[in-house]
Amino acid sequence: MTDTLLAVRNLSVTYPSDDGDVRAVRNVSFILGRERLGIVGESGSGKSTTGRAIMGLVGHPGRIEADELRLGDTDLRGLSERGFRRLRGQRIAMVLQDPKYSLDPVMSVGQQIAETHRRHLRSTKREARRAALEMLEAVHIRDPERVYTMYPHQISGGMGQRVMIAMMLIAGPDILIADEPTSALDVTVQAQVLAILDELVRSRGMGLLLISHNLHLVSSFCDRVLVMYAGQVLETCEAGKLADARHPYTRGLLAALPRLGERRAELPQLQRDPAWMADIA
Amino acid sequence: MIALDDVTVTYGRGPRAVTAVRNLTLSVPEGQAVGLVGESGSGKSTVLRAVAGLIPHATGEITLAGQRVDRRRSTAQRKMTQMVFQDPYGSLHPNQTVDQILGLPVAIHRLDRGEARIVQALAEVGLGREHRYRYPHQLSGGQRQRVAIARALILEPRILLLDEPTSALDVSVQAEILNLLARLRRDRGLTLLMVSHDLAVIAHLCERIGVMTRGLLVETTTATAMASNQVTHDYTRELLRFNAGFDRSSVVNADLDASAG
Repeated sequence: MTDTLLAVRNLSVTYPSDDGDVRAVRNVSFILGRERLGIVGESGSGKSTTGRAIMGLVGHPGRIEADELRLGDTDLRGLSERGFRRLRGQRIAMVLQDPKYSLDPVMSVGQQIAETHRRHLRSTKREARRAALEMLEAVHIRDPERVYTMYPHQISGGMGQRVMIAMMLIAGPDILIADEPTSALDVTVQAQVLAILDELVRSRGMGLLLISHNLHLVSSFCDRVLVMYAGQVLETCEAGKLADARHPYTRGLLAALPRLGERRAELPQLQRDPAWMADIA
Repeated sequence: MIALDDVTVTYGRGPRAVTAVRNLTLSVPEGQAVGLVGESGSGKSTVLRAVAGLIPHATGEITLAGQRVDRRRSTAQRKMTQMVFQDPYGSLHPNQTVDQILGLPVAIHRLDRGEARIVQALAEVGLGREHRYRYPHQLSGGQRQRVAIARALILEPRILLLDEPTSALDVSVQAEILNLLARLRRDRGLTLLMVSHDLAVIAHLCERIGVMTRGLLVETTTATAMASNQVTHDYTRELLRFNAGFDRSSVVNADLDASAG
């Protein structure tokens, strides 16, 4: 790996509850370089919480603890909300699942992208507008001038997600966290959005953290994959070799997926081993 | 068992009318399972809703078990076709217990032995007595979908319509629900018409697969033909390619703004 953009060591996120603390993320460690790293897991595995912790978006009463949580040379532990606000957008950005809920419905998409540029780079209106148009072009929107003036309800889901990517990348962050970025899209559109994401992340030398429940997608798109279960990383493997995964949980998940061209009377159901819940570290 | 002959479904009227399904002809023999795949807005769910009698169809004929049906249906006709929806949280009444949810169709259709039916329906979908007096929010996603399936089955339908029955579920839970559906179909000789965007899920349960795009049924094929890539329509090929996972080379020249709306 060339250089470390993000270092996470023994990250834990805890929420207090009436029945004691709930440990949503437990001792997660990984290093993100200029690569595409995937996090897969089922709902409740802590994959999204991990992403939110890095963005500083775990609100009260959640608690974040880590031995190391470092973005480049910035220590994210104990960083104030103000400090995070300076980082978000400029050094680290996040794309969420559904563009319908992430975009401001009463502002044209072009203005939203330009606003990000102005805010982070302190640019003039003109500069911001030009940068936004260039960015729209970079996400393969054919008629940027027209789309600039459109409102979120006037564009399709796939275009909305491309607008989101444009907005997230305009301030030139080092890292992009994409939490289920294509799950709300049709398969054909999904592939296009991923291709754009891939192209930009490569050409800008960014690090991408792709969070998804979709094993196929992650294994075909990413370089490495972390498999999470009950808040812990059970296994890390090269994405192309997910099929050779060793952990029984990963193997169980892969076996439970129906596959085209292989008609099985019954799908093997995942048998959850209580031992997987135990602390690994 | 299910026959659609030249069915067209239109929403709205006048200049703003939208034709969601155009001249669709499809038949599902008794005991068979047919799946429909396609992108959102392709009309696949509209077909299910028309078969279920939830929306009227403009032209064409729908025949269920040899009887021509319309939107107005007799109780017996309604009992024959039951539907399971994608999101069990949205389709189960949040303020009713599982017992009330299952009791309602029994009461509406004035069936006898209500108590025995509820117990049996729960057992059949793999839920225990302890789940009977719980509310939907006290159940997991998979358990909720089991309740939705139990509610459909309690009327002993001959046709089960499934609209993305596993899309909201985790992979491991999806496998459980697919196994349950396969077993129920075998045991009860159910005829299935299912909609999903996931080719592998459809191919797992269905012998025949219809591919829809923009309101048209463009191809009817089999799971085996799909697996060996013996399909004729370009759109089916595209679906198959994307289904195999992300492939950098396959999308380079894709027409990106075709999806603009």
